[in-house]
Amino acid sequence: MLKWTRFNIASVVLGFAFLYLPIVILIIFSFNESRLVTVWGGFSTKWYGELFRNQGLMDAFWVTIRVALLSATVATVLGTLAALALNRYTRFRGRILFSGMVYAPLVMPEVITGLSLLLLFVAIGFDRGFWTVTLAHITFTMCFVSVVVQSRLVTFDQSLEEAAMDLGAPPVKAFFAVTLPIIAPAVIAGWMLAFTLSLDDLVIASFASGPGATTLPMKIYSQVRLGVTPEINAACTILIAFVAVGVIAASIVQKRNEVQRVRDGCSGSGMSRPQRAAERANWQQRAAERANWQQRAVESVAAR
Amino acid sequence: MSRNLLGAMLKRIVILVPYTWLLVFFLIPFLIVFKISFSTAEIAMPPYSPVFEWADGLAGWWEKAKEFSFDNYLWIADDPLYRNAYLTSVWIAGTATLFTLLIGYPLAYGMARAPHSLRPILLMLVILPFWTSFLIRVYAWIGILKPEGLLNQVLMALGLINEPLIIMGTNSAIYVGIVYSYLPFMVLPIYATLEKMDGSLIEAAQDLGCTPISAFWKITLPLSIPGIIAGCMLVFIPAVGEFVIPDLLGGSQTLMIGRTLWMEFFANRDWPVSSAVAVILLLILVVPIAWFQNYQARQTEKGR
Repeated sequence: MLKWTRFNIASVVLGFAFLYLPIVILIIFSFNESRLVTVWGGFSTKWYGELFRNQGLMDAFWVTIRVALLSATVATVLGTLAALALNRYTRFRGRILFSGMVYAPLVMPEVITGLSLLLLFVAIGFDRGFWTVTLAHITFTMCFVSVVVQSRLVTFDQSLEEAAMDLGAPPVKAFFAVTLPIIAPAVIAGWMLAFTLSLDDLVIASFASGPGATTLPMKIYSQVRLGVTPEINAACTILIAFVAVGVIAASIVQKRNEVQRVRDGCSGSGMSRPQRAAERANWQQRAAERANWQQRAVESVAAR
Repeated sequence: MSRNLLGAMLKRIVILVPYTWLLVFFLIPFLIVFKISFSTAEIAMPPYSPVFEWADGLAGWWEKAKEFSFDNYLWIADDPLYRNAYLTSVWIAGTATLFTLLIGYPLAYGMARAPHSLRPILLMLVILPFWTSFLIRVYAWIGILKPEGLLNQVLMALGLINEPLIIMGTNSAIYVGIVYSYLPFMVLPIYATLEKMDGSLIEAAQDLGCTPISAFWKITLPLSIPGIIAGCMLVFIPAVGEFVIPDLLGGSQTLMIGRTLWMEFFANRDWPVSSAVAVILLLILVVPIAWFQNYQARQTEKGR
C-alpha cells in the first residue's frame, strides 16, 4: 500500500480548513455581543432572542418550511414515477423528449428556470405567491429525485417484482410490497435532497414568488445586501445546526440498521462461514451503493 | 380485468403524469421565453407586445406574429455591455475552475491515500457542506473579505500588510466564492477515479527507477483525467450562469451574465431583452453540456 505522506496530510488538513473555517467563523460571530460583526465584544446569545422577535424573519421561515415540505413530497412522487418510466419502459412515443426534459433542469441556469416559470405564470394569469413558488420548486427538484431513484433502480432485480406478480399480486401491490421497500433508501434520499434544495433556493423563488410569500433565503438575501448583521449570523447558525443534525442522525440510523442486520445475520444463527462471508459482502455492496447515490445526488446538484 | 390491460393502464399513468407535468412547467415556459425574446418591450402589464389572446383566432395570431423581430438579438449583439458580460462570465468561470482544480486535486489525492478506516469520514466531511445553504456559505465570506474584515485584521496584526487589501467587490472575491462553493464538486469525481486506481502501478514505476514526482506525472495524472474533466465541467457549467456569488461578493463593475439578466428583468423591467439574454446563455452552455454528456457516455461504455 502507498504511504500517506506528509504532503498528503497537509493538503487534506488545509483543504478541510478552507471548507470549514468560514462556517465556523460565522457561527462564532453569531454569539458576539457587539453589533459589529468583525470585532469581538464578548459572548452573548442576545441575537438569537432578537431573531425570534423578528416577525418578518419568522414568517419567512414558516413559509419556507411549508413550501419545502409540500414541494419535496410532491416532487418525490413525480420524480419516482419519472424514474420508473425511464427505467421500465424503454420504448414509448416521445421518450427522447421525456428524458431530455428530466435531465435538462439539472443543468439549466437557475435564472433561466426562474424567468421561464414566471413568464408562464404571467401568461396564464396565475397570481404569484405561495403556490407558484411551490409549483416551481416541485418542477426543478423532481428531476433531482428522479436521478437519485434511477441510480438505485438500475441495480434493482426486476425479477423479484415479476415473481410477486406470478404469485398473484396485482401490479400495484407488487410495487408497494416488493419494489418500494427495496428502493426506499433512495426515495428517502431523494426527498431529503428535494427538501434541502427547496429550503436553499433563492433565485427561482425570487422569480416565482409574489407579495405575501417571501421565503427565508429571499429575506436573508435582502438583509445581506444592506450589510452583515449578527442577527443573520444567528439565523444561519440555526439553519446549519438544523441540517447538520438531520444529516448526521440519518447516517447514524442507517449505519445502525446495517450493523444490526449484519449481526442478526452472522451471529448465533448457525450460519456457515461462506454464508457469513456472503452476507458481509452483500452488506459492503450496499454500503458502496449508498455512497454511490450520495455521490450521484451531489453530482446532480453540481450539474445545475 | 386481465393483468395485461391493467399493466398497460399503469404504464400510461406512470409515464403520463410526470410527462405532462414537465411539458406544462418546463417545456412550455421555455417556449414562452423564446417567443417573448422576439417581442417588443411596452409600458404595460404584461410589459411586452404582441400579446396573444384566445379571442384573436388564427388570423389574428398571424397578424400579431408579423410583429416579431430580431431587434432584441441585434441590440444584444451591438451593445458591448452584453458582449462583455458573456465574455466575462466565461472567463471568470474558466479561471475559477482552474483555481478549484489546483486546490481540489491535492485534497482529493490526499483523501485517496488516507488510511481505509479514515476515508468514509473524509468523504462525509466533503459532502456535508452541500447540505448547508449555498447562500449562507457565500454570506460567510463577506465578513472575512471586507476591508475591515477578519482576513485584513489578521494580515495587519501579523504585520504583513499596512493597509487593508481591497478584495470585496473585485473579481478576486468572485473567484474565492466560486472556488469555495464548488470545491466539493471538483473533489468528488477526482477522488472517485484516484481511489479506484491500482497502487501497484506506482510501485512498479518506482521499482523501475521512476522518482515519485515523475511517477505522478507519468501514471497518476493521466489515469485521473476522466475525474478531472468531470470535476471541471461540474464547476464550469453552473459557474457561468451564477447569480448569487457575483451579486454578493463582486463589485458593481463586474457584470456576469446571470446578474445582467436579473437586472434587466427586475430593475429595467425589460422582459423581451432578458428573454433574449436567456436564450443566448443557453446556446452558449449547450456546447459544453452536450460535449460532456457525450464524453460521460463514452466513459461508461469503456468501463463496461
